[in-house]
Amino acid sequence: MSALDSAHTTGPSSRPDAATLAFRSATKRYPGQAEPAVDGLSLEVPAGEICVLVGPSGCGKTTAMRMVNRMIDITAGDILLDGRSVKERRPAELRREIGYAIQQIGLFPHMSVADNIATVPRLLGWHKSRIRARVDELLDLVGLDRETRARYPAQLSGGQRQRVGVARALAVDPPLMLMDEPFGAIDPINRERLQNEFLRLQREIRKTIVFVTHDIDEAIKMGDRIAIMQQGGKLAQYAPPAELLMFPNGRFVEDFVGADRALKRLALQRVRDVDLWKAPLVRVGEPVAEARAKATDSEVPYPLLVDDDGRPLGWLSERGLVGERVQHELRSSAEPVLETDDILRDALSDLLQEEAQYGPVVDGRGQVVGVLSIEMLAHVLRTDPDQVPSGADAAA
Amino acid sequence: MIGLLAQLHIRENPTQSCEADNGFCPDWIAHNFDRYVDPFFQHVYLTVVALAIGFLISFGLAIIAYRRRWLINPVTQVTGILYTIPSIAAFFLLLPITGRGNTTALIALVSYVLLIIFRNVLTGLDNVPDETRDAGRGMGLTDRQLLWRVEVPLALPEIMAGLRIASTTTVGLATLAFFAGAGGLGEQIFSDITFKSNVVVAGGLAVLLAAVLDGLILVAQRLVTPWTRAVAAR
Repeated sequence: MSALDSAHTTGPSSRPDAATLAFRSATKRYPGQAEPAVDGLSLEVPAGEICVLVGPSGCGKTTAMRMVNRMIDITAGDILLDGRSVKERRPAELRREIGYAIQQIGLFPHMSVADNIATVPRLLGWHKSRIRARVDELLDLVGLDRETRARYPAQLSGGQRQRVGVARALAVDPPLMLMDEPFGAIDPINRERLQNEFLRLQREIRKTIVFVTHDIDEAIKMGDRIAIMQQGGKLAQYAPPAELLMFPNGRFVEDFVGADRALKRLALQRVRDVDLWKAPLVRVGEPVAEARAKATDSEVPYPLLVDDDGRPLGWLSERGLVGERVQHELRSSAEPVLETDDILRDALSDLLQEEAQYGPVVDGRGQVVGVLSIEMLAHVLRTDPDQVPSGADAAA
Repeated sequence: MIGLLAQLHIRENPTQSCEADNGFCPDWIAHNFDRYVDPFFQHVYLTVVALAIGFLISFGLAIIAYRRRWLINPVTQVTGILYTIPSIAAFFLLLPITGRGNTTALIALVSYVLLIIFRNVLTGLDNVPDETRDAGRGMGLTDRQLLWRVEVPLALPEIMAGLRIASTTTVGLATLAFFAGAGGLGEQIFSDITFKSNVVVAGGLAVLLAAVLDGLILVAQRLVTPWTRAVAAR
């Protein structure tokens, strides 16, 4: 994902700034329905932050999101984008300034990837060469091969389609993005990867984002701030994730967040936020005695075999430490290999999945930077909750 | 009546046995082929013009009814009635109003394809996935842009399928256009319906025309809908 790491501060994009968004008693009432779909929603989203709207189905979270770009019109109250009411704007014009990504993605099946991404730039009358350059830039940004530009959506995998959807939503560098369960239709493993990638991307592009999900775990992971909504379109609590987990303001939030609140706090920290154990790294051909010595000096009982580039090959158990020199064939699996960007919750579940006490941690280039163990995670869980950073800090 | 008169005309001198037996006579066909050229092109003219006019009317109706759903039922009913009127009856009903000639034939032929194309265009538009429409609108396409850039292109497979059915049907119905005095291959067929050589050549040309038109539309469809053949790469 090195493509994601390169900065794109310059380029054929238009407005690099993020917008502030404010709901002011925004209400949506459908004729013939007793309860409003959204009831007097008031909240502010600072520029460059991810605000997650979360709640059970029928709580009005999607309606609230769709009122922002006037896909649904407000009955009462107002929504301000950079201080200006969305009601004053012509809907089509307003929408071109707001990135829009939905669960079903909604790529145009009859258009190539490049044409899909170029939808809004074309509406805004961008010059051909600028569109071309921007499409290439976006493909790099979301980690897609430039060769995919000529493909049709039917020729892409689910994950690739999702990336095209995000690239299309980002096409004119909108100051605000609306995302309705963007990772909802993706299998759990790829979803975790796409979430991480998206957070990495967000660190770079710093958009204001309204993100809708029904999954509290996703909300805790993605949100700088979380708005929990309940039946009848009412806001139950609006707070950063850590605050929500530690100080739920009532029964509803408490129940919705779940009894495993302590465990959920693991979603607020990433592997790189923890002081990792030093890994006893050995390479093929090293004297076995030296390898043993390294393991004895470290908290990990066994040496970790790595290749010439420092990538993990496997653990050398007692059975593997025979003969004069370390041999390649005698290693056991290095799984699970964790990444510095993983949140602790995902790392824990990976460890449990592999029934491992510890796993090597690699950086973006795949080099081992340390070891994470169940013991360390238990320690994190025991620490004073006040020291847990907010999601915003964890993402920074 | 017409048939009997023409029969005299077609075989002036039925001396050879093949022609006298109403058989299939390659020699006779070779010598008389040019008498089919004009009726053939008249048939092409009737079919293509009827299809073009019928397509414009029904496509327009479908586009209008797509956004104003209440129109769907009345349009379907009216075009449905037109569709069920036997075409020969239509020719004779129209004769006192529009007289003999192309106009009468074309009105009947056009009214016959309206339902087919109208329904296919509408089905095609209705089959556009909701999320595609939602994404388009959410990105700031106006209703008109959505229609012409997304919905109509995605409806093309169904639209072209309707056009294919309509073209085949029209070639067949145009063989009756001579009742309205518009000529065509039908006139040739009925000029001597007992003579095999005549029926085979005139009928064969009609079948050929139907097949060629169908093939042309199919080729056009493949050209305008390349994405439908894009298969999953992995």
